Amino acid sequence: MNREEAISKLKDIVKPYVKDQEAFEKLNESTDFINDLKINSANLVDIVLDVEEAFGIEIDNVSMEKMTSVDAALEIIDTKLAEK
Amino acid sequence: MERRVVITGLGIVAPNGVGLDAFLDAIKAGKSGIKFDQQLADLQFSCQISATPEISEDKKRDYFSELELRNFNSTGILYGVIAGIDAWKDAGLSLENNKDPDWDSGTVFGTGTSGIEKFRESIYKIDDLQTRRLGSTAVAQTMGSGISAYIGGKLGLGNQVTTNSAACTTGAESILMCYERIKSGKAKRMLAGATSDSGPYIWGGFDAMKVCTFKHNESPEKGSRPMSTTASGFVPGSGAGALLLEDLETALKRGARIYGEVLGGNVNSGGQRGEGSMTAPNPVAVQKCISDALKNANVSGKDIDTINGHLTATSKDSLEISNWSKALMRKGKDFPPINSLKSMVGHCLSASGGVESVAAVLQLYHNFIFPNINCEDVNLEILEIIDSECIPTKLINKELNVVAKASFGFGDVNGCVIFKKFKG
Repeated sequence: MNREEAISKLKDIVKPYVKDQEAFEKLNESTDFINDLKINSANLVDIVLDVEEAFGIEIDNVSMEKMTSVDAALEIIDTKLAEK
Repeated sequence: MERRVVITGLGIVAPNGVGLDAFLDAIKAGKSGIKFDQQLADLQFSCQISATPEISEDKKRDYFSELELRNFNSTGILYGVIAGIDAWKDAGLSLENNKDPDWDSGTVFGTGTSGIEKFRESIYKIDDLQTRRLGSTAVAQTMGSGISAYIGGKLGLGNQVTTNSAACTTGAESILMCYERIKSGKAKRMLAGATSDSGPYIWGGFDAMKVCTFKHNESPEKGSRPMSTTASGFVPGSGAGALLLEDLETALKRGARIYGEVLGGNVNSGGQRGEGSMTAPNPVAVQKCISDALKNANVSGKDIDTINGHLTATSKDSLEISNWSKALMRKGKDFPPINSLKSMVGHCLSASGGVESVAAVLQLYHNFIFPNINCEDVNLEILEIIDSECIPTKLINKELNVVAKASFGFGDVNGCVIFKKFKG
């Protein structure tokens, strides 16, 4: 899976949780889930579960803590996919 | 200064009608909301009939966002939010996304349990070592105060936001708690109400106690028979009822429509002493609750134009009539007309006081007494106390001034509210 595909998949996942639609339109690798998209921090666990399901991976607690932005998420997805 | 408290909004999610218009038509017509319940039959319950409000997927989306509905599995919160928001809008208030909360408005919205289906789902996941997969809303859906938390957020309430729980007295108690808060000047508006989850996991315990009827699985609409000789236990029900209580001055200032006044009331307990127990009411306490409610409202027994009873369709109905008779000091033909909504909607448990109070207030505002259905054969013990004419089986159109509503619950707890017509 290339980076564009992964971003597009991630965009679909975070969409229902986003509170700032303008920031969502401009989503790129440096977008932060909480500061930019104004996602409720409690929903980060839901996003992790959705990512696990969509990419067929399991994300450990340490990685989960780091998954607060698009580039962090992409990196974790890459790593976990490689481990499979 | 003590403030007067009026009702300016109503919301209802009942098994025989969702929304005020449907519910008003249903109770006037004596329409039953009780149906055969395949799930209870599959689970081999003794009682295989129930009363559950019907909420379409589209309707859910009028009150909840797509995000909120993801992994949502709490019928009590669903019913309570619909009833609560409806009561707020019915009072002519709008839902605004203000920066600051509405400091003058709060809620005491009661329930017995919260999200029992969600709780079951979560327990299975936990035991399957999948705790991490519970998602972010398992707590909000299953915490006791889930219902008031959901409503508080949707309305932006900034005054007290809490949930009360007093078994089947919950709804009556919530009205009185909200009444007290406004009366003492601590809030201008309080959303009172009560809700209950539906389904086998909330009703199973009652089925096991054999307090639900098992004689009407083939005739659901005949199943709930309060005050009848052939009453054979209650029919499990669910739903929610909500009343927007408001400081009279505030209501008048904004020109709100006033359904009636909460004149007063009382809650007490029989202490599980004397004849009282966890499951049986202490009659001394019930009588005291009613007579203290009258005193608090500054009315006497003869002022009561009609009673909306608790009357569940168990062997305790005649005891309840006896308690009312003694507390009001009225018997025979002198006893006021009495009815039980449970004949149509079953026993909505923690929601019953909320759902039934909405019916009581509609009666007061529209001047009618809804019929008791399934009571063509009145219990003989009851007829030794009051005349059969006091138990209307047909709709009565009558000017009403004061209505008494009482609810009684497990734990030997009682609540009685006195509603009065508001004449400006």
